[in-house]
Amino acid sequence: MKFLLVEDNQELANAILSRMCLDGHVIDHAANLQDATAFVETGEYDLILLDIMLPDGDGRSFLKQHRASDLDTPVIVLTARSQVSDRIGSLDLGADDYVTKPFDHAELEARCRAVLRRKAGKATSTVEIGGIVFDPVAGHLAVKGEVVNLRNRELRLLELLINATGKIFSKQKLADRLFSFDDDASENAIEVYIARLRKHLEGSELKITTLRGLGYRLDHDS
Amino acid sequence: MTASLIASGSLRNRLVLTLIGGAAILTLLLFFAIRNYAIQIAQQGQDNILGASATSILDAASIRDGTLEIDIPYASFSMLSTPSDDRVFYAIYQDGNFLSGYAGLSNPSVNPGRRSSFETTQFQGETVRVATAARTLIGAENRTQIRVYLAQTQDALSGTLDKISRNAALFGAGFFALATLLSFWASSTTIGQLKRLTTSVTRRGPQDLRPFEKPVPSEMLALVTSLNSLMGRLDQSLRQSEDFIAEAAHRVRTPLATVRSYAEATLQRVDKQENRQAMRSMIRAIDESSRAAGQLLDHAMTTFRADHLERQEIDLVELVGELVERLTPIADMKDVRLNLRSEGKITCSGDPILIQNAVRNLIDNALKYAPGESAVDIAMIMNPDIQIKVCDSGPGFPPNEIDILATRFTRGQNAAGTIGSGLGLTIAQDVAMAHGGDLLLSNRPEGGACATLSL
Repeated sequence: MKFLLVEDNQELANAILSRMCLDGHVIDHAANLQDATAFVETGEYDLILLDIMLPDGDGRSFLKQHRASDLDTPVIVLTARSQVSDRIGSLDLGADDYVTKPFDHAELEARCRAVLRRKAGKATSTVEIGGIVFDPVAGHLAVKGEVVNLRNRELRLLELLINATGKIFSKQKLADRLFSFDDDASENAIEVYIARLRKHLEGSELKITTLRGLGYRLDHDS
Repeated sequence: MTASLIASGSLRNRLVLTLIGGAAILTLLLFFAIRNYAIQIAQQGQDNILGASATSILDAASIRDGTLEIDIPYASFSMLSTPSDDRVFYAIYQDGNFLSGYAGLSNPSVNPGRRSSFETTQFQGETVRVATAARTLIGAENRTQIRVYLAQTQDALSGTLDKISRNAALFGAGFFALATLLSFWASSTTIGQLKRLTTSVTRRGPQDLRPFEKPVPSEMLALVTSLNSLMGRLDQSLRQSEDFIAEAAHRVRTPLATVRSYAEATLQRVDKQENRQAMRSMIRAIDESSRAAGQLLDHAMTTFRADHLERQEIDLVELVGELVERLTPIADMKDVRLNLRSEGKITCSGDPILIQNAVRNLIDNALKYAPGESAVDIAMIMNPDIQIKVCDSGPGFPPNEIDILATRFTRGQNAAGTIGSGLGLTIAQDVAMAHGGDLLLSNRPEGGACATLSL
């Protein structure tokens, strides 16, 4: 997926960029409206993350202009304003969704996924590897032509593993990505999800290996 | 917010009282003036007849052979006859000596020099009008002065006067009644202008701070001008405080967002158990504070809007449907299903922003406590009150605390591990109460919490 982030706060932008890269997305960063316009004119994006308060204007005017020029790239507004009227204003102007700062990255990711799914058809990015066809946007996994609908956590777990085939993930790391920070007792639940994924992947060349004491790894038997 | 003003009298009453008081004084003056004038005219009429009668008596006097002869003509008395059978007295004096008639009638105080005079006095216990006339007869050898006193009771006169007074009083009463009606009409048209202004102020919504533009009477121009300038200032200060809240939220939340993002990114790279635990605690603390900030703002907004409830027709099914759609990505993260169930079309009158806020808090709560891969049921019922029911299959409300959970900053004992501000249920309850309903907390028999918002 190719994202455009329009955010003037450099620190926050860096954090979002590094997190998005970690998730395997390509992301460009514009710090002001002028740059953002230039980026949109030259590149094609699957999704735009747009801050509202920018040094050279209001993000909503960009949104309006963007919609007026007949581009239907989905836009998620990042807002620190908390007034409902403000949120509704952005949605009326054609934003597809919004998140309120500070946001949970998992929530941002979930919202991106939801928006992309709603706009599906255009932004299909399927991964074909080891005899499976995986569509993270739609949440489909096809093993030898047999399509399985993945639950959200299974989907996120598989996405995480596929993006870094051969890399070891500790149980804790996986838990931190799959569960919100307020439910603690979830490390054991990882085993449940790993077991389910293994079942889904049966018959393909992909295999989740348990490394005792270290974690899990997705291996590609060829 | 709304202090009750003490009314210092009523402008309308004051106006009506002044007008009616003026009319009453005028009526009394008019009554007495008419009556006085009538008395004068009537008295003059009686005087004229008395005078003429006295003169005719004097005219009948003559000196024959040196002796005075008076043959009182019949007409002299007949002209004095009245419908009320007034009595007539007379007395004749020659050069101060009583000649004939009623001796007691003479009145020494009357100046004999004048040819005729009139006076009202008491005689035989009755009020009489006395006419005095004198004539000097010149005989062959002497001259003699004859003085005639002619008195008449005033029964007919007072009867006439009574009639006139009655008519004058009737006339005055009519005038007074008309003036009263007029003053009521005049005051209500005057006050009507004020009332119209009041209604147009009252009918405005809390957000409507536009100046008045309709023409007003010149006397109210100053009032409306200062009202407009007051609203202008109010509007500006509201706008400023709204901007301030937005700006403050921006200033607080952007750095928090940065810290949170970094913490999360770092957590991905850190392997050491203690460091991971510290990072986790950090993220939780950030979530706590940002959620508290958001809820405080929401709570302030709820309180403000509930104070100035602006009702409009809402399609509840659509409103809650949008909310559920918006919250679905969050629910998906836990693989929790949001089941929305409603019976047909449900509309109600209320503040959509408030109701949305309340229901969002209830669903947020349910999502927080619901276990993974469960379902949260949202039901809208009309029986006949509108109820929005949000039920999860989490641990439920602690039974001994269920009554106090909606109190501000109160959280259940079993909520220790969950991020929250203790304001969500308070907000929902405030919204329900502002709409004349309430919030009912219960536990499902099969386990799980149930919050019912009635409107």
